[in-house]
Amino acid sequence: MLETFNIRVILEYLPLYGSCLLATLWLSGAGLAGSLGVGCVACALRTSRFRMLSLPAAAYIESIRSTPLLAQLYFLYFGLPSLGVPVSETTVGILALTLNSGAYMAEIIRGGIQSIAPGQIEAAISSGLSYLQRMRAVVLPQAIGITLPPMLGQAIVLVKDSALLSLISLMELTRAGQILTSERFMPAEGFLTSAVFYLMIYSALKTLTVWSRKRLIYLHTG
Amino acid sequence: MWGVYLEQLLQSLPFFLQGLWMTIAVSGLSLMAGTAVGFLWGILRSSRRRVAKALIGAWVDVIRGTPFLVQIFVLFFILPEFGVHLEAFPAAVLALSNLAACFICEIVSAGIESVPHGQREAAVASGLNGYQQLRHVILPQALRVMLPPLVGQYVLLIKDSSVVSAIGVVDVTRVGWLTVQRIPQGILVFGLVGLLYFAICYPLIQLSNALEKRLGRSARR
Repeated sequence: MLETFNIRVILEYLPLYGSCLLATLWLSGAGLAGSLGVGCVACALRTSRFRMLSLPAAAYIESIRSTPLLAQLYFLYFGLPSLGVPVSETTVGILALTLNSGAYMAEIIRGGIQSIAPGQIEAAISSGLSYLQRMRAVVLPQAIGITLPPMLGQAIVLVKDSALLSLISLMELTRAGQILTSERFMPAEGFLTSAVFYLMIYSALKTLTVWSRKRLIYLHTG
Repeated sequence: MWGVYLEQLLQSLPFFLQGLWMTIAVSGLSLMAGTAVGFLWGILRSSRRRVAKALIGAWVDVIRGTPFLVQIFVLFFILPEFGVHLEAFPAAVLALSNLAACFICEIVSAGIESVPHGQREAAVASGLNGYQQLRHVILPQALRVMLPPLVGQYVLLIKDSSVVSAIGVVDVTRVGWLTVQRIPQGILVFGLVGLLYFAICYPLIQLSNALEKRLGRSARR
């Protein structure tokens, strides 16, 4: 097979892959931004003292974590139109990624806040710091340090999950592989090229994760 | 209107249960194979065999860095070019087993590394050979650390098994996709699909949490 591996065809399709790489980055970036927002809100509700707020948030988080993204994606893709809500594939895709990752983000944020020792906050109060000063100087630096590595891990998952959007015929990296496969009957060239692009995103995010872990140690010791 | 659809959906319930059985078969086989291979790779990875370590590390990175959907397409569409013709089911099991092995390998090697170094030295000093060290000293202690993330990983893999529907394996997700062409009520159809996954995954997540609480406490003691 390798002697027939057609680099020329890949070069010919490179502009398609370029725009699809951007699409993958944009879809997962939008999903990431959305999931940070949803995650913060869901975490705040989940840790609320009022059961009226914490129960629905817990139900949301648990039902997302117990079902596959693909089922959630189809639920929205086939479900919203049947409710009479007209939405584009792009909206459905970003919505599914946002709602899915949001549940995991909520858990990550909750873990980060809970990991700060209560003594830290008590110490800050007795040092006479105001609420904002406490957040700014004590809670947030630690919470961000602790949550950053798992959040970057979730970002990696999000980029890989965005591949499923090709199944509702959104243009992104995996779809580019499918197009090359169906137009030229070259699945090896098509999907391996997609894989290389995903690996590039992965190695960038992984480098960032390693860096943030080092910063985390620095935060704890310095 | 919904009542009619609900009735139709209940009529196709046996079809959904068949799909559920397929999901259980694909994930069950893959989890067993993946656990066996993952333990082997994890043990090799935390050994001093440099070549094996580097090879496994690189492979795990490639698998962790690419979407499962792409992996399954590569396996399903490219192997025939080498003259290997796989049906959808074995291709799905192979791809999911490999994914499972890669994630479990990381959990196993992290678990082994969490055992204090003195334990291995003591085992060596007691005259245990390599296998005995692992079997009687390292693994029993590592297992405590490994068990909660292992169960959590199983849940992720069962959910990942839904992706094999893309190459035509008729699992729960595929059954939902086929049914929604006939009964155009996405909320109902995929609500049922979600419910079936929930019935499997939710108890496992609770198990993982309970294990973490219990084993975490006994490890600190």
